[in-house]
Amino acid sequence: MDSPTSRWRPRLPHKRGRWVAGLAALVVLAGGGTWTAVADDSGPTVRREDRTLRMDGVPIDTSYFTAGGSERRPAVLIGHGFGGSKAEVRDQARKLAADGYAVLTWSARGFGKSGGEISLNAPDREVKDVSGLIDWLAGRPEVQLDGEGDPRVGLTGASYGGAVSLLAAGQDKRVDAVAPVIAYWNLADALFPDGVFKKLWAGIFVTTGGGCQKFEKRLCEMYERVAVSGKPDAAARALLTERSPVAVADRIDVPALIVQGQSDSLFPLDHADAMAKAISGNGAPVAVDWIAGGHDGGNREGDRVEGRVGAWFDRYLKEEKGADAGPAFRITRTGGIDSTDGAAQQRGASSARYPGLKGAGEKVVLRGGEQTFRNPAGAAPPAISAVPGIGGGLSQLSSFGVGLSLDFPGQYARFDSGPLADSVRVTGTPTVRVNVTADGGEGSGDAVLFGKVYDVSPDGKQQVLPSQLVTAHRITPAQQGRPIELTLPAVDHELDSGHRLRLVLSATDLGYASPAEPATYTASLEGPLSLPTAPLVTTASTALPWWTWGLPAAAAVIAAALLLSARRRTATPAPDPALAGVPLQITGLSKKYAKSADRYAVRELSFRVEKGQVLGLLGPNGAGKTTSLRMLMGLITPDEGDIRVFGHAIRPGAPVLSRVGSFVEGAGFLPHLSGRANLELYWQATGRPAQDSRIEEALEIAGLGDALARAVRTYSQGMRQRLAIAQAMLGMPDLLILDEPTNGLDPPQIREMRDVMIRYAAGGRTVIVSSHLLSEVEQSCTHLVVMDRGRLVQAGPVAEITGSGDMLLVTTAREVPQPLVEKVAALPGVGSAVRTGDGLGLLVRLDGATSSELIPELVRLDLPLTGVGPHRRLEDAFLTLISGGSA
Amino acid sequence: MSAAVDVTQAPEAPGYRAGRTLPLRVEAMRQLRRRRTLLMGGVLAALPFVLIIAFAIGGTPDGGPGGGERLTLMDTATASAANFAATCLFVSAGFLLVVPVALFCGDTVASEASWSSLRYLLAAPVPRNRLLWSKLVVALGFSLAAMTLLPVVALAAGAAAYGWGPLELPTGGALATGDTVPRLALVVAFIFVSQLVTAALAFWLSTKTDAPLGAVGGAVGLTIVGNVLDAVTALGSWREFLPAHWQFAWADALQPDLEWGGMVKGAAVSVTYALILFAFAFRGFSRKDIVS
Repeated sequence: MDSPTSRWRPRLPHKRGRWVAGLAALVVLAGGGTWTAVADDSGPTVRREDRTLRMDGVPIDTSYFTAGGSERRPAVLIGHGFGGSKAEVRDQARKLAADGYAVLTWSARGFGKSGGEISLNAPDREVKDVSGLIDWLAGRPEVQLDGEGDPRVGLTGASYGGAVSLLAAGQDKRVDAVAPVIAYWNLADALFPDGVFKKLWAGIFVTTGGGCQKFEKRLCEMYERVAVSGKPDAAARALLTERSPVAVADRIDVPALIVQGQSDSLFPLDHADAMAKAISGNGAPVAVDWIAGGHDGGNREGDRVEGRVGAWFDRYLKEEKGADAGPAFRITRTGGIDSTDGAAQQRGASSARYPGLKGAGEKVVLRGGEQTFRNPAGAAPPAISAVPGIGGGLSQLSSFGVGLSLDFPGQYARFDSGPLADSVRVTGTPTVRVNVTADGGEGSGDAVLFGKVYDVSPDGKQQVLPSQLVTAHRITPAQQGRPIELTLPAVDHELDSGHRLRLVLSATDLGYASPAEPATYTASLEGPLSLPTAPLVTTASTALPWWTWGLPAAAAVIAAALLLSARRRTATPAPDPALAGVPLQITGLSKKYAKSADRYAVRELSFRVEKGQVLGLLGPNGAGKTTSLRMLMGLITPDEGDIRVFGHAIRPGAPVLSRVGSFVEGAGFLPHLSGRANLELYWQATGRPAQDSRIEEALEIAGLGDALARAVRTYSQGMRQRLAIAQAMLGMPDLLILDEPTNGLDPPQIREMRDVMIRYAAGGRTVIVSSHLLSEVEQSCTHLVVMDRGRLVQAGPVAEITGSGDMLLVTTAREVPQPLVEKVAALPGVGSAVRTGDGLGLLVRLDGATSSELIPELVRLDLPLTGVGPHRRLEDAFLTLISGGSA
Repeated sequence: MSAAVDVTQAPEAPGYRAGRTLPLRVEAMRQLRRRRTLLMGGVLAALPFVLIIAFAIGGTPDGGPGGGERLTLMDTATASAANFAATCLFVSAGFLLVVPVALFCGDTVASEASWSSLRYLLAAPVPRNRLLWSKLVVALGFSLAAMTLLPVVALAAGAAAYGWGPLELPTGGALATGDTVPRLALVVAFIFVSQLVTAALAFWLSTKTDAPLGAVGGAVGLTIVGNVLDAVTALGSWREFLPAHWQFAWADALQPDLEWGGMVKGAAVSVTYALILFAFAFRGFSRKDIVS
């Protein structure tokens, strides 16, 4: 999981910052990527062969990675970072090998298990070793050759390994493509910029190499000399320069992908700029890629960079025309935080041409006049900008507008602009002409200044140093007193409108050696600050994954399918004009509940209700009365059969239901609202005109009085019942359905309710009442429908069912003996005769005979008659019907 | 009364039009005076004052001892009214704002069923889709009102307590005063869209059960499960399809450069689930036997 540069980064403890969580999230994401890669590797198996090659007697530890068969393929050499070894590039090597390259990694001299001493990529040592490795590759049977002893080979590597890639490309004509990552162009410029010793980085550099004794003696001596004096000399510069890629600048003419870090105070962006200029000047294709991180830390975009390097080699080693080598210039821009994991949001911005660091741009006038400031004796306390090791966290923060940078009062000159009218994105190195003089003591008289350009918030409270970068400037006495141009740090940074620019020239910086002698500097500006911009570099619109539109679209399709398939397949039957005057006709109605597959709640029920009737729906519990009424209201769907109200078939929400008022299975009100509000809102919910509601008539029937203003939750059962009946009567519907309406009412109210129903039907309307209080039905209904166990038992006028006359109750003075009962039953025209429960009577069913014919026969049998009359009790009739039905 | 005899052709009672049943205004009136509505409004309106008192007692928030591991809006809560409003949203977006959505959408049909008033509405007749539509629109409207109420009260209370000024970002920088209200509106809009999935789940459950608490609790419970799953980093990029993964994506609206990616993805995920769940609700309800 180590990215190629991780070993270059000193292992200093991280400042535990607020971004730890965000970085942890990044690690997690990287972990996900690795896992995927491993899964993808399941295809070709990558073989690794470790061997030690001898170069001029020095053992060089190598690993050779191949996959697949023996067909010839291009080779790639991957160098490692300073302080690392071949092990750190193993993952990248495996991936490239799986992608069809012969990959060779090695530990450079002085590192890992290789022998020798560190010579900082000396032409006759480390660089020559690379040529030896290329020789070895030329002898491999699976490596593609451009000629005898000339393999097709590309070089890549991070930092130290990137520099040796460039050097080998300059020194060995057999190299076909390079991809240096955060490498240096001139190590002298990196460690001694403008003649100022970058002491902190240099020290870390040497320590990372394993200490001075691990280096070639000349180098160690040079370092110790410079570190002690704090001022690099010409010999030191020359030594480093001749071992840097710049020494072979005119000979690197292979396609180069140059990846450089924006958070890199060691090898800043101007190294990439110099590489790009030199190599494209030699006529080779060049692409420049500024990643977010760098030696200071931050996101080094390991996966993306490795991917792009692979694509670069696909294009220029495999010569795949279709391979996308990427844009000529790409910047990773950081903006905001990913709110889901706290990681920095990064976007690519690109252009088809590399604009360089000094593109045309804007000029911003800075104010501040001539300023005098001190270089403190011993150069302490130093100003703080990038600090290697923790600089990563700091430069990371600077992209969000927070950063730690410190200037000590009296030790710097400060020049501010006015608020910017428009936002500006600086891409490149700002420059400014200044006039500096040093009024020193005994010393050389050099003025050493550190230039920084801050982004200052509109209120002036916050200032941000982009990427924490500074540039060091040594201004010799000869340059003093006249305008000189200072090139400030190369950055890609957006300045919002309203923000100001602040140029600070500081006498000290923690990372650099500045003169220990106290001195007084005077600085003034000789012109505006030039801000280079690169308007052609456009930020790619965030590539949103396909599913951001695909998923909702698919969901819309699924939703539409769900809704359309829910539509009933059977169309609503046309209304039957013949039935327009019939309030209700039920034909063949059946309903089974899902949970009882074989038990019917209602089965083949048919009956008809005519206008003006008060129909009693009668049956024991479970007879299917309520189920029938619910089907009538469109609440549940019948399995079979047809319900027509005024000729219109009932469906859920059928408009004809607006002519039906119902009260079924208890009241249903919003408990928090008053009785009146409930009724008013219910009527409004029907959407019908308020004047049609006849709410006062209905409320009169309910007879709730003052209670109407109280919340329904305070009502008694009977009050709710009455309010519900009033609700059913709202709008005076043509068909009124009342289910057990007298439940919970007291006797006077029951009587009143009976009158209400009779009056209601007398007006030409129809009422259906279901009740188990049989006497109620008997007294108020004109017609009856008797149900039992889901079936219709009998339907017809009340008189027809209850008083058909063929049932006679014969009462006697004393108990009738059983033989006498049998004699009665045996009489002609008599169907049956049974004793009543108390024994003082007989229930006689006539079968042909009339009551007037029967009485003489009874007298003849010497029955002690006290009375004979038609048996009209509904309860008995009902029980008779039910028992008949079950027989 | 004679009308009852004469009607022969028109199926419906005079003045009845299916499309005019259960108007939104009526449904809103039915829901508005309920205790849960008033309680929810009260809690959301009181929260800013509770926070102001908390900050007054506890001093300026600084992320706790050690400076905190993460940047949160808490760090700048008292910088301005806008900061305070953003902080109120931050502390409540994870759970407090889920509750009204689940409540309003989960309770709306189920409570009618439990009161038995549902069958009278349907027999009125309010067509079933019409009933769901009115109830859904009103429930979502109430949810949105609840989400708007919090920042509005917070802005007003914050302006009184901390003054009106730019929104200072914990990551540094500030949003100009004029930008803050539109950005906060965007935040509320995103929270609303991201909660559509909760709303849809609650609504669907509401049509399935007669127990209002079951529907509300079910929706809140699944939100919690979503949060738990989102914490399982081993799920990797699959978490992107969890609505909970994007619940704080609105913080992108409070960055100097408005970042749309997270919000677009979060909205897409939420809308996807919501559309399907709403469709299930309408489909199921249109075929359901109402036995409550």
